[in-house]
Amino acid sequence: MSFSVTEPRMGTKWLAGILVVGYAIITMVPLLWIIATGFKSPNDSIAYPPVILFEPTMEGYVNLFTDRTRATPQMLKDAGPPETWYDEIAQNRGTVITGPSRYGERFLNSVIIGFGSTALCMILGTAAAYAFSRFRVPLKDDLMFFILSTRMMPPIAVAIPIFLMFRNLGLSDTHLGMILLYTAVNLSLSVWLLKGFIDEIPVEYEEAALIDGYTRFQAFYKIVLPQAATGIASTAIFCLIFAWNEYAFAVLLTSGNAQTAPPFIPTIIGTSGKDWPAVAAGATIFLIPVMVFTILLRKHLLRGITFGAVRK
Amino acid sequence: MTISPIDRAAAGTPHGVARRIRGLSDRTIAWIFVAPTIFLLLAVNIFPLIWTIRLSFTDYRVNRPNNEVSWVGLRNYERILSDPAIWDTMQATAHFLIWTIILQVLIGFTLAYLINMKFKGNDLWTTIIVFPMMLSPAVVGNFWTFLYQPQIGLFNYVVAFFTGADAASFSMIGDVHLAPWAIIIVDTWMWTPFVMLICLAGLRSIPDSIYEAAECDRASKWRQFWTITVPMALPFLMLAVLFRGIENFKMFDLVVQLTGGGPGNTTTLTSIDLKREAFERWRTGYSSAYAVILFVTVFGLASIYVKALNKVKQR
Amino acid sequence: MKRSFMTTTAAGALALASLASAAQAETLTLCWAAWDPANALIELSKDFEAQSGHTMRFEFVPWTSFADRMLNELNSGGQLCDLMIGDSQWIGGGAENGHYVKLNDFFDANGISMNDFIPATVTGYSEWPKNTPNYWALPAFGDVVGWTYRKDWFERPELQAEFQETYGRALDVPATLEELKDIAQFFQGRDIDGTTVYGAAIYTERGSEGITMGVTNALYNYGFQYENPDQPYDLEGFVNSAGAVAGLEFYKELYDTATPPGSSNWYMGENIDAFRSGQVAMQMNFAFIWPGVEADENVGGGRAGYFPNPAGPAGQFAQLGGQGISVVAYSSKQNAALEYIQWFAQPEVQAKWWELGGYSALRAVVEDPGFATSQPYAQTFLDSMAIVKDFWAEPAYADLLLAMQNRVHNYAVAGQGTAQEALDGLVADWTEIFEDEGKL
Repeated sequence: MSFSVTEPRMGTKWLAGILVVGYAIITMVPLLWIIATGFKSPNDSIAYPPVILFEPTMEGYVNLFTDRTRATPQMLKDAGPPETWYDEIAQNRGTVITGPSRYGERFLNSVIIGFGSTALCMILGTAAAYAFSRFRVPLKDDLMFFILSTRMMPPIAVAIPIFLMFRNLGLSDTHLGMILLYTAVNLSLSVWLLKGFIDEIPVEYEEAALIDGYTRFQAFYKIVLPQAATGIASTAIFCLIFAWNEYAFAVLLTSGNAQTAPPFIPTIIGTSGKDWPAVAAGATIFLIPVMVFTILLRKHLLRGITFGAVRK
Repeated sequence: MTISPIDRAAAGTPHGVARRIRGLSDRTIAWIFVAPTIFLLLAVNIFPLIWTIRLSFTDYRVNRPNNEVSWVGLRNYERILSDPAIWDTMQATAHFLIWTIILQVLIGFTLAYLINMKFKGNDLWTTIIVFPMMLSPAVVGNFWTFLYQPQIGLFNYVVAFFTGADAASFSMIGDVHLAPWAIIIVDTWMWTPFVMLICLAGLRSIPDSIYEAAECDRASKWRQFWTITVPMALPFLMLAVLFRGIENFKMFDLVVQLTGGGPGNTTTLTSIDLKREAFERWRTGYSSAYAVILFVTVFGLASIYVKALNKVKQR
Repeated sequence: MKRSFMTTTAAGALALASLASAAQAETLTLCWAAWDPANALIELSKDFEAQSGHTMRFEFVPWTSFADRMLNELNSGGQLCDLMIGDSQWIGGGAENGHYVKLNDFFDANGISMNDFIPATVTGYSEWPKNTPNYWALPAFGDVVGWTYRKDWFERPELQAEFQETYGRALDVPATLEELKDIAQFFQGRDIDGTTVYGAAIYTERGSEGITMGVTNALYNYGFQYENPDQPYDLEGFVNSAGAVAGLEFYKELYDTATPPGSSNWYMGENIDAFRSGQVAMQMNFAFIWPGVEADENVGGGRAGYFPNPAGPAGQFAQLGGQGISVVAYSSKQNAALEYIQWFAQPEVQAKWWELGGYSALRAVVEDPGFATSQPYAQTFLDSMAIVKDFWAEPAYADLLLAMQNRVHNYAVAGQGTAQEALDGLVADWTEIFEDEGKL
């Protein structure tokens, strides 16, 4: 390895490493506390003063996935001895499981709406970004700013007209409606980021392809898309994070059918008061898909944003 | 690799003809590519906006379907702009906005600068630092009420451990003076990684050759930082500020779950106030005017800002 | 609408003969708040499903967004809910804006009499305009604010001795709000079994209705009145009377001197948590929590006791909670929905409802000789239901509530201004709202 003047000294690196690791650990504490709470019993979760060491239980997860009701002695007798470990957990609390909870449905809704809108957003966003990057679109700068400006509206501000409009179109509380809505909200970010990526891809490649007889579509499909994959991946992360976690529209526009998990999770209640372990369990499970997605794409996340954020 | 029918057709057709027959003109393609995006944005963003503007001149109330709707001209706007309570929420929003941006830029840039020293394992730790921003703000806000509780919350116990003060002696969300800071802390915890990522991108975009040249000129590290690193990373920083600024101007879910706007009105940000007017009091016309005022404000500030950003980029 | 209602009533009458002979199996959606009683209702409704052949679906929304979400649904004419167990204050809007189906004819046709229900619940949950025989709901869940206390702490000899010495009376269930404050202050900051405990958990929530549901328990008993009894909507001197000011000051003093630090945004859930985790000696809360308290492993099983809201200088009242069940006018399955109400009104169903933890409002259930002793909290529930008062149930109730949340929280929790200023401000806010409504 050759000596480089720009490479920091070993001591400096160590110091930087310690500082960053220190920050990372501090920032992880609240997150770890959420995960740990998921394995506490309801009384441990609200222990006064808080407990760090506790006997782990799956009660939070059982409560997350089931509906229970407080049982009268007669009901407990009728139910007989518990057949499964989760029946046993419920019966130890004097409750019986009455059926699965809505969490599964809500989670599935989040998957459909989150990933659906991200995919649609990438398709539309890449096409629009390509056009803005390569063609002379009339009023290009104004259109680009217009696209950005759509992100400036507070969701609450447009929620009433959207609510009325969705109802008239039959989109209210449907997956399609929410996918279209989140796509529209995310398009501004994705067009802006993706245009940056596509600007970086040399025009010469496509010109060569066009001379070889490719049509524009083919050139776009075969030359530009593979090269923009990194940028698309990192943009997709940001779009997914938004759509996955969105709350304001979800709480106002969805209910029985298409409600996603974020409005649902804080509302999980137990047999008395808020069921913090179940809330924590719900939050933990909900974090996993987007976490996995990010870890898989982390190389792109860091590399990608280098090209995409701002044109040099 | 398989050869698609299009390829085969392309191979068998003379170039010029092919482009005329199958290949659409660039102009057409441009429109095909842009049109769906523009259409969707018009339908979901602009059409409701126009509707909102229209409603803002009426006394319409969604919850009174039987009432006759009448035009009230600019009365809604007059009422809002002359209401001192609204200026209080604007101030609360400005306080929140300014401090979250300052803290996130400072911490985010510092972290990015340190990570860019490329110590061993920096990739792993970067990924770990990014985790908080992947959580749902509503769930985060909800959980932090729990962490902030003086009796059973972790936050107070950690502060108590380090300062020696009694954990129950202060309340982050119950105290009029601390509550605005409580929401700033949570937002900073959550979104510093976003600023850090963009700063990291900026730092990595600076070619090594520039530093090497500076080193030849015997410029000190301190001088290099201020004459090379900061100016070159500035456009990225400004972009991060733009995105965070827009997001936090709209801030709703996190704060609503955390404080509900209290105590009193100390953390009632404009979006929370707007939601009360629109979805609790159902003063649709009034809240539409409110929404328009907010939109004009953020739109105006952002366009000035984007102009400045473009100037910096062109330097 | 009218015609379909007539057929509805007819179908309801037929259904009386045999519930099982329902023409067609429907899927009914019942909307309510997400809380403990809702789980019990799912269990209870299984009998209805078995008897009628209909399928029940449930849509539960948490209290803090229940009103927003459901009123949004009703205002936009949504068909999500066939049955709505809406909050008591919605009844005016539900009736005047045509969200709810009027139930008088249905009740008459099916022999359901409102005289069979606790009078306060009929007025509170079913009638609009109030005190007229126009019914828009069947009382479904009786609820009222009351107090839960740590009996085991109250019974400790050393504490009793110390209390006796300090206050010159025995440490026992308070007879007045003033006494309650003494007890709360007595416990505030006290060391019990190695942890610091506090006096009382009270409602202070800002975002929805919390602090209003709490402060009214003090206001009523100190002389606050919503309006001039002789002249509707005349507020000046009633809302901000000297007694009302004293009541508001009492609540602030209680908050400042006898509640856990940081309890600035607490409502039902937070109060339960504080009580269950042993932070407080007393908690203010709706009666619905009592079955859960009894069953709790930390504080249940006789360690907790219950008492109605204590009296003040101007009398003894308690804030009414609870809900009636209504048929949503936009539902296309009104027949089946009415069948559900008819089934629900039956005495044996109501008895089972109470057994499962639902507070039945049926007199046959609560006046049963065994009722008062059936649960440790049953007598307290009965005593509390006899002294209830409710917030405005006007169509504009949400405006009125928001103004009160704002004024009261600003004074009692944020500590801004005086009680007199807060209530004067409230009179101004409410007057403006009633003027906008055309009632003044």
